[in-house]
Amino acid sequence: MWSIYRKEINAFFSSVMGYLVIAVFLILMGLFLWVFPEYSILDYNFATLDPLFAIAPFIFLFLIPAVTMRSFAEEKNTGTIEFLVTKPVTDTQIILGKYFANLSLVVIALLPTLLYVYTVYELGSPKGNLDTGAIIGSYIGLFFLCAVFVAIGILSSILSKNQIVAFLLGAFLCFLFQWAFGYLAQMPFFTGEAELFIQKLGINYHYSSISKGAIQTKDLVYFLSITGMFLYLSKFIFSNQR
Amino acid sequence: MSLVVDNLTKVFGSQVAVNHISFTARPGEILGFLGPNGAGKSTTMKMICGYHTPTSGTVVVSGYDIVNDKISAQKEIGYLPESNPLYLDMYVREYLYFVADIHQIKNKKNRISDLIEQTGLEKEQHKLIGQLSKGYKQRVGLAQALIHDPSVLIMDEPTSGLDMNQLVDIRTLIKNLGKEKTLMFSSHIMQEVQALCDRVIIINDGNLVADDPIQKLKEEIDENYELLLKFEGGVDDQKLLQIEGVTEVNRQGEHVIVRYSKKMDLRPAIFRFCAAHEWVLIEMKLQDDSIENIFHKITSK
Repeated sequence: MWSIYRKEINAFFSSVMGYLVIAVFLILMGLFLWVFPEYSILDYNFATLDPLFAIAPFIFLFLIPAVTMRSFAEEKNTGTIEFLVTKPVTDTQIILGKYFANLSLVVIALLPTLLYVYTVYELGSPKGNLDTGAIIGSYIGLFFLCAVFVAIGILSSILSKNQIVAFLLGAFLCFLFQWAFGYLAQMPFFTGEAELFIQKLGINYHYSSISKGAIQTKDLVYFLSITGMFLYLSKFIFSNQR
Repeated sequence: MSLVVDNLTKVFGSQVAVNHISFTARPGEILGFLGPNGAGKSTTMKMICGYHTPTSGTVVVSGYDIVNDKISAQKEIGYLPESNPLYLDMYVREYLYFVADIHQIKNKKNRISDLIEQTGLEKEQHKLIGQLSKGYKQRVGLAQALIHDPSVLIMDEPTSGLDMNQLVDIRTLIKNLGKEKTLMFSSHIMQEVQALCDRVIIINDGNLVADDPIQKLKEEIDENYELLLKFEGGVDDQKLLQIEGVTEVNRQGEHVIVRYSKKMDLRPAIFRFCAAHEWVLIEMKLQDDSIENIFHKITSK
């Protein structure tokens, strides 16, 4: 598994791909948080990073499927997948190797935003007046959100030979799981128990729950099981395509 | 037996790609795998190497079942896929290092250097794979298949698209490798199979139609020769059957195809026969023994 992981990481950073993803994410983040007036922390007058955690899912909605779309689609297109499968590695190792490589790239893109935490910490009045618990929680929530998005992206890439199709499918599924359940629950014919249940199916419910700084087992179980589900589905489809 | 294929079948949807094929191969044996396009050669090879899962039947490689003991079996196999898919954006050494890493080879650097020498890649070893010519790409593909010193080598059309010099090199390599390993390769080129193989397996429409030592196949070719004739104006071609030795006369468009045993050359007799009947013979050609012809002969029995 780790040989595939290393190969994928090398592939990201020996081409423009890896640097481009990191640059695009950080530039967009920087613009939204410090320049564009609507979300700008400087105009917000509160020492908080809430805008970061509100905007990041939207950027990842496009960025993560763009990163993951090539993982399997390209190999199926060029035929190298046949090479990989006939080597002594299991399908699970191939999928996990690629999954963790893609997730690592996203995490690497996310790491420099820790600088913003420091900035906001310094800007606080009095200095250091910051809800540290909520920020740690939000980062954990964002990490799990990325974990689910990457798993969705891998699944989409397995489903199609065409990278554009894989991208669109990935972005659509990410949207569906992030927000659509929340909107669906607001439909008038869902009330009470049903409304809450449908809301809980979506990522956003658990993401906001963790963001409050209270890390609950049920949210972690949700994230781990939905990531596991997408990865298992990927393995199932990948093995049965042949 | 290092390769045992038993009742192997693959069904895609409603199409039977490979239909109950069985054969075996010993170490030190070079096995030629013949058949027209779409006969199921590649599908069979992909099943042997663990890419396709067989619908039914088994493949056992050096004692390991490819379905139940996939990883152990794949450690014994070196596989060169049909179109030789490679990561074009990787460097030759980087790629071979990756393959060695997958195979968990100790002392990777030495092994890679040995292979680069063995496959003649010294000059190209620091280039991107995408920059290499087709012949060198093929060598990288071979190096990849040989890196773990497998006991069974499966090559799907290893010589297609190479020029004459490259062909000779690859064939020499195949011949040498076949001395100690079990080697199976598919091809369209009859001469190549004749020159390299000890045994030939022919499949058609997913069915095994011949599994013979090369010697037997050569005899069969010799016994059935075809002559292509063309006449000016219409003639009663069935009269050609009167010539001793002619076994069959068929008309194909404006050509007449005469079949006879090669042991006697009938060309002078046919010429004299035509002259005697005052038929104007404007073309006479011995048919090339292309794979399709052998095929036709074997399958039409």
